[in-house]
Amino acid sequence: MTIRDRMSGNEAVAIAMKQMNPDVMGAFPITPSTEIPQYFSQYIADGLVDTEFVAVESEHSAMSACIGAAAAGARAVTATSSAGLAFMWELLYVAASSRLPITMAVVNRALSGPININNDHSDSMGARDSGWMQMYAETNQEVYDNFIQATLISEACRLPIMVCQDGFITSHGVSNIDLIEDEKVKEFVGTYEPENYLLKHENPLAVGPYGTSPYYMEIKRQQAQAMKDSMPVIIDVAKRFEEMTGRSYGFFEEYLMDDAEVALVIIGSSAGTGKEAVDRLRAEGKKVGLIKLRVFRPFPRIPLAEAMCKVKAVAIMDKAESFSNSGGPLFNEARNSLYDLPNKPYAVNYIYGLGGRDITVEDFYDIYQDLFVIYDNDDPGDVYRYIGVRDSRFI
Amino acid sequence: MAHNTYNLKKEVEKKERLAGGHRLCAGCGAGVAVRGVLRALEPEDKAVVANATSCLEVSTFMYPYTAYEDSYIHTAFENAGATISGVEAAYKVLKKKGKINDTFKFIAFGGDGGTYDIGLQSLSGAMERNHDMVYVCYDNEAYMNTGIQRSSSTPRFADATTSPVGTVSPGKLQNKKNLTEIIAAHNIPYAAQTTFLGNFKDLHEKSKKAIYTKGAAFLNILAPCPRGWRYETEDLAEICRLAVDTCVWPMYEIENGKWKITYEPKKKLPVEEFLIKQGRFKHMFEPGNQWMIENTQQYVDDQWEKLQKRCK
Repeated sequence: MTIRDRMSGNEAVAIAMKQMNPDVMGAFPITPSTEIPQYFSQYIADGLVDTEFVAVESEHSAMSACIGAAAAGARAVTATSSAGLAFMWELLYVAASSRLPITMAVVNRALSGPININNDHSDSMGARDSGWMQMYAETNQEVYDNFIQATLISEACRLPIMVCQDGFITSHGVSNIDLIEDEKVKEFVGTYEPENYLLKHENPLAVGPYGTSPYYMEIKRQQAQAMKDSMPVIIDVAKRFEEMTGRSYGFFEEYLMDDAEVALVIIGSSAGTGKEAVDRLRAEGKKVGLIKLRVFRPFPRIPLAEAMCKVKAVAIMDKAESFSNSGGPLFNEARNSLYDLPNKPYAVNYIYGLGGRDITVEDFYDIYQDLFVIYDNDDPGDVYRYIGVRDSRFI
Repeated sequence: MAHNTYNLKKEVEKKERLAGGHRLCAGCGAGVAVRGVLRALEPEDKAVVANATSCLEVSTFMYPYTAYEDSYIHTAFENAGATISGVEAAYKVLKKKGKINDTFKFIAFGGDGGTYDIGLQSLSGAMERNHDMVYVCYDNEAYMNTGIQRSSSTPRFADATTSPVGTVSPGKLQNKKNLTEIIAAHNIPYAAQTTFLGNFKDLHEKSKKAIYTKGAAFLNILAPCPRGWRYETEDLAEICRLAVDTCVWPMYEIENGKWKITYEPKKKLPVEEFLIKQGRFKHMFEPGNQWMIENTQQYVDDQWEKLQKRCK
């Protein structure tokens, strides 16, 4: 029986971790992810899990300890945000290239400076080329469900994974949630049984070599292949999850896309606000839809392009700047994926919500109106846009 | 503990845990330090060796060859303490769960760059958490892997590539950081300073204590570098002896808070005898630079006196 409850996204992640009973957690507090190691430490203090908690002195050491633990043969988890993730940056690459499955809860928060504790996606988007898989969530339920699926995906692909949620919006916002029974989760995630690990009785293992030019490139190519090969794994795990819970997941969710003429592509909790705008516009007879991306790494290039091609114009929403002078990270990859298709839609970019700036139903309403103008006039105008910024020079 | 039965001949009959064929320079102290420490492991015990990025790392684990008989992990420059913490935590929990039966020991090696400087935070965290591990610093007093840049372990007046001797500079301006005391201030069960002296008894016994003391232990091993210090490769042992007999590198340990000098020079030699063998101090012997030698002697005397007081 499903357990109906209400809780914050942080608590939901902590409960998912408790149900999985990982071997090692190395973590360091940072707003807004602090509650995760806090809840988890209490589970340890109350004897509810067998996990060794390594109370490190920094996020850099948190990731280092998780790498050490995973290489040793343990299932390792951590949680962080913003500057914490930035401080791990060097080790993110080491974890991925060492092909170690580590599950990290990322509670997305803006990067300094100026220092800001609120949500945007600049932290995990900054780590998008590190070789980690990345999943994002709209709701507390999705955060919980993603976390339970993530460890399995990560271990099957031998790639580390970030399970991202929006700081404060879902991490602290309390909402209804359906929890899965402990036993079912345990059975679903199983135990971590790596083929080779440092503590293996039969033979020693050496991890982290000096990889010179004759070897380095093959190692990178194998990482790229692993990312490619993770696509069907993500779908398989989602199918198994659906069998257990009835809740269905894919690379992205399509909301009223079948007959849509214009659409949004968006990541995270703001999709909920976007869907409200879709509903209002639909009530007015406007054919609008929304695509909510769940998996950003691997980037589901082909299926996403196909979904976008159902419409005439898309607004690709970025909650992160890349200062490239050509749009945000999601825009560049999503728009790129359309290039080879004959009947591609117009694609424009909106940077929104930086540092916790609100985006409202009205904002989305305006974006959809813009898309209809683009479609009607057959002219995208400037494709690199901002919404919600106060300075009128930049709109 | 095999205090009275130490026999170098017998010890070297044990299977080497760092195989020959690694790419360290002739006359380098790093390999000697690693072999010396690993020799203190009981042959039936297994180990995981962690390594900070360093000469040692790039010379002993160049893909696809490892020189280590034991499991080994390198992740980055500044985090060997944290990396081995994670391995040790995994061991604890997997042992508790019955997934592992072997006895493993956890030994991290870092140079002075990876230990005194960029890795100090990670090391401090690991020591404070008191993981059952040993952190070994092979101290060659500069960033040798990148080409002899000064570190906080480089002694005053040494000629290093980022503290070069010039017309207006006498070499490094600052004194060497006392890392062993910093680590001792973590109140860990065991910390010691040693180097290669005579039949390696001091190194062996301290390594054994460090490995087989429950909780965090720290060894600081003076491990000269022929390239950086500019000595003849065959002089490695002689340089170490002079470092000890001049009290430039005192041999001592702190066991459960008790400080003890483990080697008293029969006759404390003047610092010149240590300095003159090394090209990095060559300028100190030029006309007009006598003050540098006097200053060094004064500093060494003060430090030695301070240590003797602590050990009373």
